[in-house]
Amino acid sequence: MAAVAETLDTVQSLTGSGYKWGFETDIEMDVAPKGLNEDTIRMISARKAEPEWLLAWRLKAYAAWLNMVEPDWAKVGYPKIDYQDIHYYAAPKKKPGPKSLDEVDPELLKTYAKLGIPLKEQALLAGVEPAEGDEPARNIAVDAVFDSVSVATTFRKSLYEAGVIFCPISEAVHDHPDLVRQYLGSVVPAGDNYFAALNSAVFTDGSFVFIPKGVRCPMELSTYFRINAKNTGQFERTLIIAEEGASVSYLEGCTAPQRDENQLHAAVVELVALDDATIKYSTVQNWYPGDANGKGGIYNFVTKRAACRGARSKVSWTQVETGSAITWKYPSCILQGEDSVGEFYSVALTNNRQQADTGTKMIHIGKGTRSTIVSKGISAGRSDNTYRGLVRILPKAHGARNFTQCDSLLIGDQCGAHTVPYIESRNATAQVEHEATTSKINDDQLFYCRQRGLSQEDAVGLIVNGFCKDVLKELPMEFAVEAQKLLAISLEGSVG
Amino acid sequence: MLEIKQLSASLEDGKVILNGVDLTVPSGEIHAIMGPNGSGKSTLSYVLSGRDGYEVTGGSATFEGKDLLDMEPEERAAAGLFLAFQYPVELPGVGNANFLRTAFNAQARARGEPELDAVKFLRAAREAMKRLAMPDDMLKRNVNVGFSGGEKKRNEVLQMAMLKPKLAILDETDSGLDIDALKIVADGVNALRGPGFSALVITHYQRLLDYIVPDRVHVLSAGRIIRSGGPELAKELEATGYAPMVADAA
Repeated sequence: MAAVAETLDTVQSLTGSGYKWGFETDIEMDVAPKGLNEDTIRMISARKAEPEWLLAWRLKAYAAWLNMVEPDWAKVGYPKIDYQDIHYYAAPKKKPGPKSLDEVDPELLKTYAKLGIPLKEQALLAGVEPAEGDEPARNIAVDAVFDSVSVATTFRKSLYEAGVIFCPISEAVHDHPDLVRQYLGSVVPAGDNYFAALNSAVFTDGSFVFIPKGVRCPMELSTYFRINAKNTGQFERTLIIAEEGASVSYLEGCTAPQRDENQLHAAVVELVALDDATIKYSTVQNWYPGDANGKGGIYNFVTKRAACRGARSKVSWTQVETGSAITWKYPSCILQGEDSVGEFYSVALTNNRQQADTGTKMIHIGKGTRSTIVSKGISAGRSDNTYRGLVRILPKAHGARNFTQCDSLLIGDQCGAHTVPYIESRNATAQVEHEATTSKINDDQLFYCRQRGLSQEDAVGLIVNGFCKDVLKELPMEFAVEAQKLLAISLEGSVG
Repeated sequence: MLEIKQLSASLEDGKVILNGVDLTVPSGEIHAIMGPNGSGKSTLSYVLSGRDGYEVTGGSATFEGKDLLDMEPEERAAAGLFLAFQYPVELPGVGNANFLRTAFNAQARARGEPELDAVKFLRAAREAMKRLAMPDDMLKRNVNVGFSGGEKKRNEVLQMAMLKPKLAILDETDSGLDIDALKIVADGVNALRGPGFSALVITHYQRLLDYIVPDRVHVLSAGRIIRSGGPELAKELEATGYAPMVADAA
């Protein structure tokens, strides 16, 4: 089947070997010695001049972690991680958290420019045209996290005027200690699971967002995570709080240099939505996936959870996962408030030797809670792609509803697609629907497109794009473009 | 324009389907190919358009002097060859308008011609749809998904109208059409009729040829053309069936 073979080549060139973000930034780093023990944690806490309560919280998490075992229920296989062979802190030298953009190391600005992430806000603020060669300014505030620290956060001032706090979490600990103390670990407790406990013990930075009562965040917020240093784990922690009636759209992007060694990324994201609040959280995850033979790549073990505490609150997770050697990730919603809404839209593309075990958990606690799950898995090469999802309806969730749609697309005959839905309903008035399909890109579709003049690559892109459409349309415009490029999709025209 | 000489082809398993086809379709002419089931009609259209799964074992096929058999399917399309599929393929999630414009612009790019912007494209598509009595929402629907048999065939003709090929191969486009749809499809083909357009109409039945009157009719049997003639040959076939002709050729 020549067409299928060509398709495989195409997909390969689009994902595996075509990783364009694999460069390394040469910058002087402040790196902690390898290894994990209480001293490491004390050192991280000291570097950030943290208050005593936070150190105590970390040490408690570490103690819990020591008594836990690495989970093995996911459909992923990898050699045992040596947690003593990892650096737990790496930061560019000079002042972490510069007060103004002018103080940011030019090497870092260059790195982010190369990644297409503008850390300049002047052009837009002053209403002038960007200078030649500059990226046109975008109305997005960016927090840039480089290895263990946040190196820049843009548009903070204009956001602050609107009442929005958007800053590195390490700064929030100092500037807004009451908020951090109130909410940190309130959605994902320190000892929640193995990787969350590890994160709680050693997290270094991440973003903090607070949208006060009644405020609609005036622009998209985004955090861009970059792992640069060798043999370093990245353990970021993000906390987003939307008070009553507040709303925010938050985007997250990730890349890493191309390296032969595996690197660990264990993040925790906590979202809190109070009455009538809306949080839209979008991710384009493009960590280095390893080479065609499965050498190198990021181990991505992430805990993301949202608490819809308020009535009519709404949290929407949208993720496009194309990177990482291993993805272990289940963005979830605890639907506690009456009539609260949880959504999960996911595209996971695996190729070569990549392994993804991803999905969601929707926990219906309150009356009239609703959830929607749309998962699109694309497997190529010799990869394994698993959807794992839990829909749990608790006894008091009268009239709760869930709709789940899981579709898998296979390219070639050496990959695997698996769907593992868990449904637990303890309320007879609840409605739970689950639909699943598995299909292959077939030669008829490819030939049809090519007969109309499309190249093989464009045909694959068009078909994959069509397959993912229900998810991609949920992404904010800026990200949709990046995601489409990532999936090697020719732009959807504005027609139709 | 299209020149086929002693073309032979077999399936990947070695089964011979085409066994020395000779056929010339001059520019501006419409030729019909008729023949019983299994005579190689669809194979001929697939080999000419470059589908995988067939091995050309001999002969040649040139289009405006270019060696067709040496070109990728998309190169043949850009050169002006269009195949109206017997079974149009469904593309879930791909909007009809987006698909058509992507195809149009891919061909334009390959030929070094200007691409059409969304507004101009939409205008042209709407006009063509009106002629084909297709409702506007067909552009918004996904390519062939949930289309009735008749809608799928009309969608093929819409694509043909937009892509304006030099040579159209219609592979049993009449199958599954009621008489009204048949007329609409025939009108679509006749609208393109002119000096720069030729077509190869593959069909079982005389019926379609009442509406698309061919310049020549060829009878294909066991992978060879066994008789050629004017439109009256189709009428003769309708009366006698293929059997006497096939027996004569054997």
